[in-house]
Amino acid sequence: MEAYLDNSATTRCFDEVTDLMVRVMKEDFGNPSSLHTKGMEAERYLRAAKAYFAENLKVREKEIYFTSGGTESNNLAIIGAAMANQRAGKHLITSRIEHPSVENPMQYLEGQGYALTCLPVDEKGVVSLAALKEAVTEETILVSVMYVNNEIGSVQPIDEMARIIHEKNPRTLFHVDAVQAYGKYQIFPKKEGIDLMSISGHKIHGPKGSGVLYVSEKVKIRPILFGGEQQKGLRSGTENVPGIAGIAEAAKLCYQDLDEKVERLYVLKERFAEGIRKLPDVQINGMPVREGAPHIVSVSFAGVKSEVLLHALEEKGIYVSAGSACSSNKPSVSRTLQAIGMKKELLGSTLRFSFSFETREEEIDACIQGLEELLLVLRRYVRR
Amino acid sequence: MFQAFLIKYGEIGVKGKNRYVFEDALVARMKQVLYPVEGTFRITKEQGRIYVEAEGVFDYEETIAALQRVFGIVGICPVVLREDQGFEALSKDVMDYMHRMYEGVKKTFKVHTRRANKNYPLTSPEVNEELGGRILKEFPDLSVDVHKPDIMLHIELRSHHINIYSEVIPGPGGMPLGTNGRSMLLLSGGIDSPVAGYMVAKRGVYVDAVYFHAPPYTSERAKQKVVDLAGKVARYTGPIRLHVINFTDIQMYIYDQCPHDELTIIMRRYMMRIAQKLAEDTGCLALITGESIGQVASQTVPSLAATNDVCDLPVFRPLIAFDKEDIVAVAKKIDTYEISILPYEDCCTTFVARHPVTKPQVERIRRSEKALMEKIEDMVKEALDTEEVIEVR
Repeated sequence: MEAYLDNSATTRCFDEVTDLMVRVMKEDFGNPSSLHTKGMEAERYLRAAKAYFAENLKVREKEIYFTSGGTESNNLAIIGAAMANQRAGKHLITSRIEHPSVENPMQYLEGQGYALTCLPVDEKGVVSLAALKEAVTEETILVSVMYVNNEIGSVQPIDEMARIIHEKNPRTLFHVDAVQAYGKYQIFPKKEGIDLMSISGHKIHGPKGSGVLYVSEKVKIRPILFGGEQQKGLRSGTENVPGIAGIAEAAKLCYQDLDEKVERLYVLKERFAEGIRKLPDVQINGMPVREGAPHIVSVSFAGVKSEVLLHALEEKGIYVSAGSACSSNKPSVSRTLQAIGMKKELLGSTLRFSFSFETREEEIDACIQGLEELLLVLRRYVRR
Repeated sequence: MFQAFLIKYGEIGVKGKNRYVFEDALVARMKQVLYPVEGTFRITKEQGRIYVEAEGVFDYEETIAALQRVFGIVGICPVVLREDQGFEALSKDVMDYMHRMYEGVKKTFKVHTRRANKNYPLTSPEVNEELGGRILKEFPDLSVDVHKPDIMLHIELRSHHINIYSEVIPGPGGMPLGTNGRSMLLLSGGIDSPVAGYMVAKRGVYVDAVYFHAPPYTSERAKQKVVDLAGKVARYTGPIRLHVINFTDIQMYIYDQCPHDELTIIMRRYMMRIAQKLAEDTGCLALITGESIGQVASQTVPSLAATNDVCDLPVFRPLIAFDKEDIVAVAKKIDTYEISILPYEDCCTTFVARHPVTKPQVERIRRSEKALMEKIEDMVKEALDTEEVIEVR
């Protein structure tokens, strides 16, 4: 049996999404900017998608922009906002556990003369609010923090952070990378004080190459791509109509009976955590099961190399991630795991298990059983 | 600009009556590498010379690059081929050639004529002198230097035609592939072994390869990396048959049964034994490794001796006295370096002791291996029976 437990890397497209996209590509293939009917037909998908996200986030349609995914949304939000607001100040704030698509634009801006503060996190992976309060100054133009961490599933107190930021400096913009949170949490940016928010399609059973950026209408922002001035000039380039139709359909399906589905995920997660706790010398990282994100569990297995365990699980048809999939091509140690103060010897022994609404109990059980067998074998063979 | 190349080869020329064997092997390999190149080529042998002639449009750069991967070639000369239509016609062709190649450059030159056609009305010195004089007159920026000229203009008066050339693009040297049998390369994902395979192949040896795969300790990506490396080497050596041997069980058995500071040596001894068995089964006459003295604990002289102890076939270690930088330089030249340094296979270190022996004693190692007697032969047989063979080209 196959068990795909790497849903934070990417998810399978819902069938409804694939079907819809095939239809768009085969039949309604027009360019939304064209003046003829074919263009109008294509534009209808854009409007419908925009309307859906506006309704889902309780924001205005004109505050929704479509991008090529989480990386572009984060880059546009951070670089675009920093550039547009540099007269107001040149100070940026982020955390030590951000995704590379936030971390690297921030470092790029630092190289361009901006000042950067990286907030520490506690052992559960929660950003220090005291440090945030201290960091925000008159000069601060942007704070960027992720909603749910992709490696350990910790959840940040977003509304509290927004309150602290805006109390100290009402002009500071607050960007939230919600790539791992969207589709699992009901998020209302205006209520929570979020000015910019990134969403990715392929993490919610939508297509790769699709993303959304919410930009509050009060935000001053500049484009980072230049061209045919589509999407009010903020994001030039012919709209990826099948992708946009796909991401909206995927979101719609995720948010149907959300509470019920999330509760089911927590039950799965509890089942998994219970199984893990019965194994010797293992440790679950991050927040307690019910406080952390419903779909991500990080586990350290003392004395076992994560890559070896990953490949051994793979032989059993169980697919998981070592650290974070996006950076696992290089043998770099995870910044997130370091930031939560993980013991050195566990850094290379940590796996991430991530679930989706499609994950079944049997997959969880197969994984636990596989781990039980493999740990016995693999722990016999350690370097001496 | 050129439609033909004169191919210079070195050591083949002195191989006595076997010469045609070497020349045929060289021509066969040239045909093979030129096959995917854009263009139609005719390769001819004539009186100790090999010519490549292109018909119509062809990819000049690619042709040179392909020929530069043919072992046995020492030089590739873009040449003007002309029928003999008298000295005046030759003189005109030479002037045209010089205009195209050296218009307006300040350099020294010398005309070097070879008169294979003994009926040619002028002698070699006469041709040199007459053409040299005309060139001097026509090209004010050129001057003569008979000792160390920048430009050596070759005029070859052959029986059927005349060659004009001055440029010699270096080839890889070595011997034509297939003139020295076949050997089995122990290929890992590292920097050294692809270079070792390349170097032995350069002496005319066909190369097959064996890779020891240890899932889950080494990943599918690590295996793919080895396949990719074999692909790079195969550009020089021709198609490589890659034998992938699953080594995990043997590795774990050795771990369970033998002293841990000897793990690596014993493992390597079994790799050699398996490689040797494969070699014998596939008609390979020797093994090739990328070992280099002292590079790691398992490559000290005593370790090499202990590893060699199990081999009956000759083991070629072309890198034995190379420094790492020199190996890296060759790896970069043959384009394997970038692949070799991809970080996919550090997991095998599980089976490497923190303090391995550096001065193993053969007798002791043999005694340690006695602990494996019960199962090891079956396991080796199983490993050979379940090998995966990948044809890499």
